[in-house]
Amino acid sequence: MIISRGFHGRRPTADRKLPPGQYETTGFPVLSAGPTPRLSAADTELSVTAETGRRHTWRWADLMALPSERPTVDLHCVTKWSKFETRWEGISLDVLLADVETDADHTLVSSHGGYTTNIPLADLLDGKAWVVHTYEGEPLAPEHGGPLRLLVPHLYLWKSAKWLRSIELRDEDEPGFWESAGYHDYGDPWREQRYRGD
Amino acid sequence: MTSEEHLPDDHVDGNALAGPLAEVFTADVTVAQSECAHCGATGPVARLLVYRDAPGLVARCQECGQVVLRYVRTASAAHLDMRGTVTLAFSLAPE
Repeated sequence: MIISRGFHGRRPTADRKLPPGQYETTGFPVLSAGPTPRLSAADTELSVTAETGRRHTWRWADLMALPSERPTVDLHCVTKWSKFETRWEGISLDVLLADVETDADHTLVSSHGGYTTNIPLADLLDGKAWVVHTYEGEPLAPEHGGPLRLLVPHLYLWKSAKWLRSIELRDEDEPGFWESAGYHDYGDPWREQRYRGD
Repeated sequence: MTSEEHLPDDHVDGNALAGPLAEVFTADVTVAQSECAHCGATGPVARLLVYRDAPGLVARCQECGQVVLRYVRTASAAHLDMRGTVTLAFSLAPE
């Protein structure tokens, strides 16, 4: 089952809104804090660990068997570029977390290579976030986070962790890779929350 | 660094830190000897692997690939995260 969520067709240019301080790009810049891992989809395993310690895992075939969605979303990078109407395919976090029992308010997302980012659990639910494997109809390229990345388009793009490996549900908030080095804990582009204290 | 394979990337050497860090250090950081907190490797900062196509500068150990230091320049502050560094040693002229 595939559900298309988000925008349909191309919006008129006048309807495209940029958050404060952003400019539009039609390319897809590659930003990375380290080497790009060469990961095989077949060996992919995604885990979600609740605050109780209970661990849920999905292998690639498990993920592909879940209901899929095709969100079309705008991306906003904290380095000030925005890209309109990017088309993805993946699994809603609502689906992934449906059977995970938790009272946690926070998450710490981890990638292959050691990258981490913290996101409130509420920001991963209610149709706001996906685990994506396809971009513009093609398998997601390694430089853009393939085979599997997080997509949380209402926050700055550093929150959409590439090379996704695990999501830890936590009672306490723990700053991630950029958040602990001066970037904003939440990262709302519409409130221009780039740096700590913004 | 894990045993994962990696694709070619666009990192540069630690000399790329000279300009940005001149804003916070009076000495030339690139000739200082850094000791990696992960593997213990030592060497001049100029030999670190620097990733700069990112929201900040990320310098990784030339031996193990782990993060040695991160530098984020905001509109009003400089954040230098050195939890991956044991020491940063500067040679000084005798007094």
